[in-house]
Amino acid sequence: MAASPAALEARGRIRRAVRAWFEREGFLEVETPSRVRSPGQEVHLDAVPAGDGHWLVTSPEYHLKRLMAAGFPRVVEIARCWRANESGPHHAGEFTMVEWYRANAPLETLAADCEALIAVAIRAAGRDPAALGLAAPFARTTVRDLFARHAGIDLTGGEDPTTLAQAARAAGVAIGSAAAWDDIFYQVFLDRIEPALATAGPTFVFDWPAPLAALARPKPDDPLWVERFELYAGGLELANAFGELTDPVEQRRRFESEAAVRAARGKDVYPIDERLLAALHHLPPTAGIALGFDRLVMLALGVSDIGEVLAFRDA
Amino acid sequence: MYDTSDIRKGLKIMLDGSPYTVVEFQFVKPGKGAAFTRTKMKNLLTGAVLERNLRSGERLEPADVETKTMQYLYGDADSFIFMDTTTYDQVHIPKSTVGDQSAFMPENINVEILFFNGRAVDVSLPNFIEQKVVEADPGFRGDTATGATKPVKISTGASINVPLFISIGDVIKIDTRSGQYLERVGRA
Repeated sequence: MAASPAALEARGRIRRAVRAWFEREGFLEVETPSRVRSPGQEVHLDAVPAGDGHWLVTSPEYHLKRLMAAGFPRVVEIARCWRANESGPHHAGEFTMVEWYRANAPLETLAADCEALIAVAIRAAGRDPAALGLAAPFARTTVRDLFARHAGIDLTGGEDPTTLAQAARAAGVAIGSAAAWDDIFYQVFLDRIEPALATAGPTFVFDWPAPLAALARPKPDDPLWVERFELYAGGLELANAFGELTDPVEQRRRFESEAAVRAARGKDVYPIDERLLAALHHLPPTAGIALGFDRLVMLALGVSDIGEVLAFRDA
Repeated sequence: MYDTSDIRKGLKIMLDGSPYTVVEFQFVKPGKGAAFTRTKMKNLLTGAVLERNLRSGERLEPADVETKTMQYLYGDADSFIFMDTTTYDQVHIPKSTVGDQSAFMPENINVEILFFNGRAVDVSLPNFIEQKVVEADPGFRGDTATGATKPVKISTGASINVPLFISIGDVIKIDTRSGQYLERVGRA
């Protein structure tokens, strides 16, 4: 399945409208390398090899953060990204990400950005956000609240995997052989939380548990939870935002722990990006977000398969 | 053992002690989590449909199920006897496994039999059969006010309601799922 001519035209209009919006907001649009030595280190992201010790980027985040550390206050990139072994109704192995950073801004500013951008995209597609049930403000909730409401699990973020596994089983979730904290978490999330989010209106899910911190900083008042939100709308996971971690010591610890997990699971282990760690010393308090551009077009057009917004589904 | 990368339509796996066949599947991956395969499966014993999110790498036990085409030979006191059309092996299957649909199972008909762990658990008849009417009351007037049908018997002994113009020797088409007359297809 590939995009219809009308869908491709809408995609082009949405892209221009999104660019214009960032320009009005005073962002510098940049381009960063697609072929890198250190792609995303996350345990569940696999990069596509690009020869000579290089990989295709899974996200432009490391380079964009280095630009923020160099003193740019607001940067955005509409970046092509690649991820190995990802193909489904919401996933294409090669896709487009809109990623932007704001210095000295709280996470809430990025949530407001998302509300504005979605309205911009829907209008560019010739539709009305209110008629689609996508008018701002979107709902705001927390991971902890969703787990309590839809799974009856009191998530603390500090429980060990065994305790979480017991809670999941008691809630009637079939966790199979899952033993890692994040695997149990996501089994509950997919079985119980995502179906509820899919039928709810657009929702920001704030405050993620520390084991899923990735590149987010801990909340100052509660280090078991981190400053992160995900935006769900129209059954799509649309964006992920972090209050960026600026502590190079903690960041190194997380990279090393992720690399150890990757090695233990027999996955490719990527070199730690020392230039990023060095730059973190100069990074001001920053909020950053990645939004799937293909999914934004899907939302604006009301389609359910990513192939319907891509000119070519298979390379 | 299978794993999630083996999932495809028609794959037969064991889940919670029952055999299932995969009906639909889809790649899903929450933000920072592992990949899952959202899998819709049909229980081969009950027909119930179930959806499970199977985490990438999860091991799946193959279900020992097999469908064989067999020919119905005859019935005795408590079983029906079928013959494998390729090996000529005969099997006795309890009448209770075949159930009420045996009323539409004439001798020599080919059926699909599902074996689970070597035991027959389900017998599927073709959706339609064509059978000769063996008994009909020629003087039956019917109740013309309420649909103008009359009961006739086919060779299996089943009684079917048919239009009044059907007579002994006619061949009629019957839906085995509902037991309903569909049309007259000719004379034997």
